[in-house]
Amino acid sequence: MSAVVSPEAVAVVRRARRRPIRRTQWVIGGLSLALLGVVAARTLLGDFLITVPDFLRIVTGTEIPGASYVLMESKLPRAVLGVLVGGAFGVAGAIFQTTLRNPLASPDIVGVSVGASAFAVFSIVTLHQSGPMVAVAAVAGALFVAVLVRSQVGSSGGNRLVLVGVGVSAALLSVIQYLFTRADVWDVQLLLQWLTGSLSRVDWPTIRLLAVLLGVLAPLLVWLARSARVAELGEDAAAGLGVTPRRSDALLLVAVLLVAAGVAAAGPIAFVSFLAGPIARALNAGRSTLIGAGLVGAVIVVGADYVATYLVPDVNYPVGVVTGAFGAPFLLWLLATGRAPRRS
Amino acid sequence: MTNPAHPPPSRLVTREVSLGYDDKPVVVDLSTDLPDGQTTVIVGANACGKSTLLRGMARLLRPSGGAILLDGQEIATLPSRQVARTLGLLPQNPVTPDGVSVVDLVGRGRHPHQGAFRRWSRGDEAAVAQALELTDTIDVADRLVDELSGGQRQRVWIALALAQQTDLLLLDEPTTYLDVAHQVEVLDLLADLNEARGTTIVMVLHDLNLAARYAGHLVAMRDGRIVAAGPPREVITEDCVRDIFGMESRVIEDPVTATPMVIPLGRRSRTLHDRRTA
Repeated sequence: MSAVVSPEAVAVVRRARRRPIRRTQWVIGGLSLALLGVVAARTLLGDFLITVPDFLRIVTGTEIPGASYVLMESKLPRAVLGVLVGGAFGVAGAIFQTTLRNPLASPDIVGVSVGASAFAVFSIVTLHQSGPMVAVAAVAGALFVAVLVRSQVGSSGGNRLVLVGVGVSAALLSVIQYLFTRADVWDVQLLLQWLTGSLSRVDWPTIRLLAVLLGVLAPLLVWLARSARVAELGEDAAAGLGVTPRRSDALLLVAVLLVAAGVAAAGPIAFVSFLAGPIARALNAGRSTLIGAGLVGAVIVVGADYVATYLVPDVNYPVGVVTGAFGAPFLLWLLATGRAPRRS
Repeated sequence: MTNPAHPPPSRLVTREVSLGYDDKPVVVDLSTDLPDGQTTVIVGANACGKSTLLRGMARLLRPSGGAILLDGQEIATLPSRQVARTLGLLPQNPVTPDGVSVVDLVGRGRHPHQGAFRRWSRGDEAAVAQALELTDTIDVADRLVDELSGGQRQRVWIALALAQQTDLLLLDEPTTYLDVAHQVEVLDLLADLNEARGTTIVMVLHDLNLAARYAGHLVAMRDGRIVAAGPPREVITEDCVRDIFGMESRVIEDPVTATPMVIPLGRRSRTLHDRRTA
């Protein structure tokens, strides 16, 4: 069993492993800087400029009339929420795409995000709930769609999953609109949040709740993500390496919960899950990276929110409008170039 | 060679096992011992259940009846990680992820040896290096798997199974899609491994003549049952080939390896054959 290994071979292996790892480190470093950049832009720039010293003073507790309110009640919470939600969507999308081996099979395309949204709207409009109960409803909705789609498609994955998912999302979008027409409140901002996603209704309790949820899911994710690298090799090969389909399902479940948490806080921000994985993968020389996907998702949401807020003066678009505008062409391109499901 | 009073020891055995998909039985009440340290080749016509049997032994299918035992314990009840440290599998159509390098792919074979949070160790490094050397793929260690030829790619997948460092290795038609030169190359590699490491190899093969050459133990199946099992010399006879494939043949001695060699007699060649022997 333990035949001798030549030190040359070990050196070759070490060198061959180091290069892609370095590349990934560079990608993650670069994306972290980019995220810092967009967060700084979102908090300091815009129609109300805040200097870095002022920022530091306000954050450490000094009250500056006007600036304190704008930073602490609008700019900063929006940026923080954008980072958390974008990260959650990005990681969840990459998990869906790699586990189901189909770049189209992200939670926002297959209806999981809209499912979370529809249930959340139902809990708000019909049951008059708020806070944690909305999050619970979102989780229920995301799980409902995930299980429904999965049961209709079986383990075949591929394009049937996407088609069933698209059908389910269309149905649920109409449910959201129906619920709003029946409601006494007719708040366009609120409707837009639950249809396309928006950061505009942010507050600190929401952020705290989201942070706690993500904090609970993160260690689970780290634990399960290692098996994702093996699940990529196909069901049979993965089982041969001790990773049963049940384990991939557990990872998908965590992804569904990430989506639900994000949707409960900011609505189903369009196309973030769908875009983050492929972009991170392209930066990382074609290899998938969950951390990278999370960072890309965060950069997209915070950056898009900046554009949505300040692109046209005096008009506040919800962030989902901007991500949708970028995501839709990419979806078309994927469909047109036939890069959709890989043979498995 | 096989003395029924003292069957060769075997860690992997099936006891009246039935396997199938959705209540459609494919393998029925099948009992067999796979001798340790040998190369067992399972042959049979299409849809005879040979791949299903292999999938059952690799724990990909749960038996609908009977049992498959690994080291005396029912394999279906063992923890999957523990099985993966004893028994490796190369399935028929593994998926090569995008942008993955040879060393990265082979490294994933170390998964069953790594703990929940434990990272890459020196032992992993050595196991991968050894697997790459044995399969002669060390020179392409940093290349992308997608860039390799079919034969090289198959060797890389075998390297992954080797990095898993299991005592038993199951392979489902490891030579499909390969030209004859690459087929022989892959089978030679597996024979070397069996010899050098004493790895028990169980594989499904289509080609009877290659099976006869490389098998120490041959299992012939038809309709989900075993027709004959034993050394190729005993199993591969004209009667047996008729039994398995429903085809007339002549069996001669392989001029190179002295193993049995099957010459198929189709309808046309049979008339020719009869005319010549008449």
